Amino acid sequence: MKVGILQSRIRIEEKLIVRELESRGVELVPIPVEREVFRLGGAADGGRDWAALDVVLERCVSHSRALSALRMLETLGVPCVNAWKVGEVCGDKLATNLALVAAGVPVPAARVAFTPESALAAIEELGYPAVIKPAVGSWGRLLARVNDRDAAEAVLEHKATLGTYHHSIFYVQEHVEKGGRDLRVFVVGDEAICAIERRSDHWITNTARGAVASKRELDDELVAISLAAARAVGGGIVAIDLFETPAGYLVNEVNYTMEFRNSIEPTGVDIPAKIVDFVLAVGEGRELSALPAPPRAAAGVPS
Amino acid sequence: MTTTETTVACTECEAPVRIEADALAGEILACGSCGAELELVQLTPARLQLAPEVEEDWGE
Repeated sequence: MKVGILQSRIRIEEKLIVRELESRGVELVPIPVEREVFRLGGAADGGRDWAALDVVLERCVSHSRALSALRMLETLGVPCVNAWKVGEVCGDKLATNLALVAAGVPVPAARVAFTPESALAAIEELGYPAVIKPAVGSWGRLLARVNDRDAAEAVLEHKATLGTYHHSIFYVQEHVEKGGRDLRVFVVGDEAICAIERRSDHWITNTARGAVASKRELDDELVAISLAAARAVGGGIVAIDLFETPAGYLVNEVNYTMEFRNSIEPTGVDIPAKIVDFVLAVGEGRELSALPAPPRAAAGVPS
Repeated sequence: MTTTETTVACTECEAPVRIEADALAGEILACGSCGAELELVQLTPARLQLAPEVEEDWGE
């Protein structure tokens, strides 16, 4: 089997996945997204013979490049993990929220506004503190918890003046009291394979910002909401970030190129092996689960 | 992947930077001398360049 790996920076995660793929005896085809020239006509256009790949695993650190590459590869008939549509939904908090709400998955209250004035009204409707997030972004960067009107006005003015147009799509979320931690459930296909808690003294609890991971036992409710969230965004290999509140779990975000270096040891789960199992199954065309499978045929861009 | 461990000069301070035998193109290495973040852009022969700054859409 030929497995393409769409990659840019090689993190610990990519090394672990490559080692696992090599141990399975598959042929690895690195696709360095920053050096690749994608010929839109494929092999007929003098480019790579993408059709020779059984499956491509997307592991880019850049959302925009991942999304464009997945779109091209899928259109050229290559099954991708995750699918382009999954990246499109998970890479944009607004799209994620819409998909989760449509599927009936509980989420924190959120508002979207397009001017500083309407965004301020949205924040005041939610109440202080509130959280302003970039719709596209990760690792807990550019999040702002605003505790009062003065701070809200300042952040909104800075975003509108200094940011690109993306920053004038104001995504505002209620501040959820999460007890210094959030939860992350790793979902592969239709299985919640393990979960962690991420604890920090800071209100941002991303491990990229120094939060410490420990094992979280899965319970029926946690599994159910995580699988529902995975289905809502299109399935595949995703990490579901949740808050635990007195009223139940809320899904905060879904990550489609998940990092897991800090989660193998505390959970005891071989996450790279689970990822590779799924990728190889997709490459073999096996039906792994009831979740939507990445498209195999060159049937155009998925809608 | 390289087959043997090697060293390459840091592009910033020229101190030797160790390239592990299982290194992959695209890996980020830190210079032990000046602390610069370096990208291993090529394996054979090993070649380093200053790693790019994190961009706005990077993440997981």
